[in-house]
Amino acid sequence: MADTGVQRTRRVFRRPPGSRRVPLSPPQVLAILALLAFAAILAFMTVGARGSWDFILPFRGTKIWAMVVVGYAIALSTVLFQTITANRILTPSIMGFDALYALIQTIIVFMFGGFAFATLDPQLRFVIEVAAMVFFSTLLFRWLFSGAPRSLHLLVLVGIVFGVFFRSLSGLMQRLINPNDFAILQDALFASFNTVDPTLLLVATLAVAGVSIAALRMLPTLDVLTLGREQAINLGVDHKRTVTAILMMVSILVSVSTALVGPVTFFGLLVANLAYLLIRSHKHALIVPAAALISVICLVGGQVVLERVFGYNSALSIIIEFVGGLVFLVILLRGNVR
Amino acid sequence: MIRAENVSKAYGDTLVVDGVSLELPAGGITSIIGPNGAGKSTFLSMVSRLLKMSAGSVTVDGMDVTKTPSDELARRLSILRQDNHIAARLTVRDLVAFGRFPHSKGRNTKADKKIIDQSIDYLNLSDLSNRFLDELSGGQRQRAFVAMVLCQDTDYVLLDEPLNNLDMKHAMSMMKILRRAADELGKTVVLVLHDINFASWYSDYIVAMRDGRICHKGRVKEIMNQSVLAEIYDMDITVHEIGGRRVSLFYE
Amino acid sequence: MTKLAAAILAVLALAGISLFIGVSDVSLPALLSTAPGDRPMQVLLISRIPRTLALILAGMAMAITGTIMQMLARNQFVEPSTAGTVESASMGILVVTIFAPGMPLIGKMLVASAFALAGTAIFMRILRQIPLRSVLMVPLVGIMLGGIIASVTSFFAYRYDLLQTLGAWTLGDFSGVLRGRYELLWLAAGLTGIAFFVADRFTVAGMGEDFTTNLGLNYRRVMALGLSIVAMVTAVVVVTVGAIPFLGLIVPNLVSMAMGDNVRRSLPWIAVTGAAFVLTCDIVGRLVRFPYEIPIGTVFGVVGSGIFLYLLLGRRTRLG
Repeated sequence: MADTGVQRTRRVFRRPPGSRRVPLSPPQVLAILALLAFAAILAFMTVGARGSWDFILPFRGTKIWAMVVVGYAIALSTVLFQTITANRILTPSIMGFDALYALIQTIIVFMFGGFAFATLDPQLRFVIEVAAMVFFSTLLFRWLFSGAPRSLHLLVLVGIVFGVFFRSLSGLMQRLINPNDFAILQDALFASFNTVDPTLLLVATLAVAGVSIAALRMLPTLDVLTLGREQAINLGVDHKRTVTAILMMVSILVSVSTALVGPVTFFGLLVANLAYLLIRSHKHALIVPAAALISVICLVGGQVVLERVFGYNSALSIIIEFVGGLVFLVILLRGNVR
Repeated sequence: MIRAENVSKAYGDTLVVDGVSLELPAGGITSIIGPNGAGKSTFLSMVSRLLKMSAGSVTVDGMDVTKTPSDELARRLSILRQDNHIAARLTVRDLVAFGRFPHSKGRNTKADKKIIDQSIDYLNLSDLSNRFLDELSGGQRQRAFVAMVLCQDTDYVLLDEPLNNLDMKHAMSMMKILRRAADELGKTVVLVLHDINFASWYSDYIVAMRDGRICHKGRVKEIMNQSVLAEIYDMDITVHEIGGRRVSLFYE
Repeated sequence: MTKLAAAILAVLALAGISLFIGVSDVSLPALLSTAPGDRPMQVLLISRIPRTLALILAGMAMAITGTIMQMLARNQFVEPSTAGTVESASMGILVVTIFAPGMPLIGKMLVASAFALAGTAIFMRILRQIPLRSVLMVPLVGIMLGGIIASVTSFFAYRYDLLQTLGAWTLGDFSGVLRGRYELLWLAAGLTGIAFFVADRFTVAGMGEDFTTNLGLNYRRVMALGLSIVAMVTAVVVVTVGAIPFLGLIVPNLVSMAMGDNVRRSLPWIAVTGAAFVLTCDIVGRLVRFPYEIPIGTVFGVVGSGIFLYLLLGRRTRLG
């Protein structure tokens, strides 16, 4: 059996009893992460700051705010998604969810024209997009995950190809609309922290807060879902309803992060797996904050280092793709995937 | 009492379980046996609401399993399937503690903790209670899952091939534990088993399935005889009596 | 055989359509009523015929290349864009563009081939390390490897301000094909021809080193030959017209669904179907928003990934 192979390697690599390092307890890890996140934010606000604080504070403050909201949304959505699918390699982005969001935006422009899209109140537009997103992603997920269980490899591959499919379809539609509409759409699709719309940020924050309250109320149930569908049902969780609810929450979070910064395929995978690694517990009350803090540290800290120190402007996403891709490959090859 | 009425499961055109009606008495161990593809596991999954029925109904102490709230059922009936892969790294104690979820909804009291300790003790896992599941052998892991199910403290305990992947020694000790749970704790244990000798030695009742139907049921002595076994398995099986219990041989 | 002849006729018909679609009026009456040196004939000779030939050559070559990879890796979902080959070739072209921008096309192609070969070799190496490989694990690993290589490429493209240029290789587009700019594809056709004759050896090599040696073949040599053909064809196509994702995957799979896995019998069909696919998608891309053109990479992205999804989800039982 595959299990015994894993076990054997573990035994070989285990340290002799005397030299065994005591791992940090989860609260200690959280404290250190919080400190690092705070330091990153402080550095972002101050490094290279020239001129009046009246200008810098709101300017950089908005960016930080957006980064924290996005970082948290990605971390929470990934952990929630991995919990309902009971594995650690699938993420909403890998399943093509953020490509789906971009497609929905494209379809709206395609059907109603760029003018309607641009003149629509951005908050209302966001709400419409999120509603469509929740609807379609739930549909897609239900279709993929219902019926006879499919192998995880199949799901990952299908997700990746769905991502390509959604992206190509938006690409095709973008070619079909007129160039003015296309320019408007480009603005919406190529969002970045530098061009965050403050009103959108407010709605996004409210949406994320709402989802968080809902998640907080189902914390113990989330822990049970980690055991997989059958065990969760055995322990009395209404599996179908709970999973659907969580999936809707995930869709909202993905919409938020994609609307604010665009798609980032591997970032969620990276922060969630780092959180599992550092927090040696299955409790969501510990994992989610850890993932969120790691996410903020990577986003803000990475931005400080790349933008302020090296002067690279938008290279962070490329580097995240590189590291994330490597991590994905390692997880895949280590065979921890069912 | 678990009562199944006309339970069927169809995948496309194939009927995996075909109109099974069965009453499983409260108390004791009942083993469901039968050749591969007889529909044993599918039937057990439907009884325990893991799988939707295509037709029919199942009641547990009068409660319809498809209509009763899942958490209420979880305090009456527990189910353990054979393949239990968990993505998260859990210690044995973490896993067993999940058994209290239907009762405490995640906020374990002192009383809950006591039951958790007892369950760990009951399966001789005290020394391993802080070890991670992926550090355990197959047999130890299986015991941890059974401890969780016992910790759930339900009247009915359903286990799908609990001896799978266990060597003789572990299989024997697993059956002894289940026997004790039935005798000392008054649990109603329902098992799907492949090895008819384990079924014969440790259970009170045997239900035999074949081609999606029940072909025989009764006390162990009624099933463990040459003609009945031949009918179930389509092969010659000789039955011997040793110390008042029946053992079968089927190597020729 | 008659069926195959009919299919070839269909491809020729598509090629005929391809010749006469475009902004400039190139119709039979226009050709006949003007002198050979006039515009219609010039457009036909300089643009339309080369483009149509490029479509047929690239389609056949990519479909056959996909088949070779599937034989060598013994996996139905492997092709240049699910094995890191395309991404490695792009990286090679980027390296040339940065360090030797003046290099002629053939030189670019050779460097790209070397990179593609290295990338594919890494992929095959990783495959050998996987103890229990599932059918789906192989393309997953390949796609991820491709993603990693692509992110390195785009990082340097970003540093040297070449992201836009990079886009041209990653998105197939035949609108720039003119006489003098596509002839390398004949090389791809030649390589494909070689593959035709040694196809059986690739099947044997796919069974593994021991099996191959047992049959008296030199495993390493066959493997090297196969991978070199794959790398060079991919490099040629990427350099001249850009990548056409999943073409080499879906065509052999569709053909094998229709007529089984006898390579000798199916190879001509795979070539013809590949050409027909590419021609059709290019024609659609030219017509759907006339007079503007939609690059084939965009059209094929939708068609290719859609059919790939169908292959993955439609036949659940065969995947296990």
